[in-house]
Amino acid sequence: MKEKMISGKLKKGKVWKSKRFWPFYLMMVPGLLYLIINNYLPMFGLIVAFKKVDYRLGILKSPWVGLGNFEYLFKTSDAWIITRNTICYNLVFIVTGTVFSVAVAILLNEIRGKWKKKTYQTLILIPYLISTVVISYLVYAFLSAESGFVNNTVLRVLGLPGVSWYSEKKYWPVILVLVNLWKSFGYNCIIYYAAIISIDGTLFEAAVVDGASRWRRIRDIVLPSLKGTIITLTLMSVGRIFYSDFGLFFQVPMNSGPLFDVTNTIDTYVYRGLLQLNDIGRASAAGFYQSLIGFVIVLSANAIVRKVEKENALF
Amino acid sequence: MVDNSKGFHIVNNVIMVLLSACCVLPFVLLLISSLTEESVLIRNGYSFFPESFSLDAYRYIFSGTSKIIKGYGITIFISLVGTVTGILMTLLLAYPLSRKGLPGKNVISFFIFFTMLFNGGLVPSYMIWSNVFHIRDTIWALLFPNLLMNAFNIFMMRNYLNANIPEEIIEAARIDGAGEWHILFRVVFPMSVPMIATLSLMVGLGYWNDWQNGLYYIIGRTDLYSIQNILNRMLQDAQFLASGQAGSNASSMAASLPSVGIKMAIAVVGILPVLAIYPLIQKYLVKGIAIGAVKG
Repeated sequence: MKEKMISGKLKKGKVWKSKRFWPFYLMMVPGLLYLIINNYLPMFGLIVAFKKVDYRLGILKSPWVGLGNFEYLFKTSDAWIITRNTICYNLVFIVTGTVFSVAVAILLNEIRGKWKKKTYQTLILIPYLISTVVISYLVYAFLSAESGFVNNTVLRVLGLPGVSWYSEKKYWPVILVLVNLWKSFGYNCIIYYAAIISIDGTLFEAAVVDGASRWRRIRDIVLPSLKGTIITLTLMSVGRIFYSDFGLFFQVPMNSGPLFDVTNTIDTYVYRGLLQLNDIGRASAAGFYQSLIGFVIVLSANAIVRKVEKENALF
Repeated sequence: MVDNSKGFHIVNNVIMVLLSACCVLPFVLLLISSLTEESVLIRNGYSFFPESFSLDAYRYIFSGTSKIIKGYGITIFISLVGTVTGILMTLLLAYPLSRKGLPGKNVISFFIFFTMLFNGGLVPSYMIWSNVFHIRDTIWALLFPNLLMNAFNIFMMRNYLNANIPEEIIEAARIDGAGEWHILFRVVFPMSVPMIATLSLMVGLGYWNDWQNGLYYIIGRTDLYSIQNILNRMLQDAQFLASGQAGSNASSMAASLPSVGIKMAIAVVGILPVLAIYPLIQKYLVKGIAIGAVKG
């Protein structure tokens, strides 16, 4: 029976071989179609940045305006502000996030007792599960001028006057950094923790036998073995340095006008231009600027890592 | 051990307890505020130790207003349909890429990978989804843009299949006369359940928590709002409840509306399902995060 099958296969030869891949290509059709629609069409759609968009005509038929939209965008101070905010916040997020997550992962690893470890790990991941909308409710519960916990309880106990948080921009850089850290450290911590527990246990045993202190073990075994993970995660964040968490900058400050100076990033700017101010020209120019520079940054960040430490490059 | 071990463990545990508290206490404040009597909220603000409790906010949410219930229904619908469709499409695309000798495999892989490097951004995406595909103000708007599948998940799936489905098993099934589709669903699918479960969690959570698609594409049809969109809209517009639900006698309702507490109650309603199933899925979620970090 089996012999028959094999001889049959051989007889059919080439025809069978080329035909056998058809089901595979068929399987890939829905996914590839989706990527074309959701990802590739918008890439070509970037040409709107060079057009004066008329909704009735659509993207293709709208008239060209050359670099007009870009001139219009870069003449304002907005271009500078949104670039500064996007990059600076990201840099601070990367540094605070990495230091804090690595530190917590190391502490978590030093905890004795499986049950305790699991409980801590479970609890610090909770903020990651929650949508940015709910996070803005949490922030609102603390910072609302009339009924917030900070004004009504904390500052009242301290005998200090209330602050109208949503219109005082000087506090927001700190608030946004804290909220971002709160939301994301559990997630990063798990990644670093997974890297720590994959370290060869005999290394630690040898260190203990040699009388190495806890600090020495962390410095000489744990940190060096985390280097690869740190580089990879940092590289991924640096690659996205021209992008911001729209929810964090739009939703958490409640889209409050007086705060725009310190909360406006490229993503919020594009959104407001497109859907609130009906200023598609500037929005599409800012979007194009983001896509292009973002692309260049991803490629260069990877190229640099590739030169320094090839195995940590993403591609 | 050389250092003061006991002291270190105490300090370490204290730090971890404080960190855990930081992650949990905001939710406690949310919950307690939602259970606080409206007059106390107005007088003292949101507090961990209110003078008196009340279930009015919840009573209001679940009585006579179908909006919240409907939002729940929509959230559940898009989470289920989106996750099943998205994961199926991801598997269908990842499986062929994990097979040896498929002509054009590298070109297709690059085609997928490139979407991780470069994207068109909001303006062209918005114009294409709304002007070419006309998904604005339809349920499709909550399902299609961005959330359905992404390159990252495809590669996670492909790497898993590469590592866990030996060519011999597939070859054996082929010799037994099974077709490729049969092999995929009867042989490969059962063997890839762990990865499918992990990715489903990620995609499902993405759908459950999404509010951006609703913000961009649901403009007029507020009856299509998911629970997140309702929350989002309420935060932006305190009068939303009064105007949207009370109808013609909005102004008289607005005065007696427990708006301060009700906001928090709806937020609690929005996160409760996630927090309730979290202990059950925690293990898979952590595993998924950890694998995701290991690049393909």
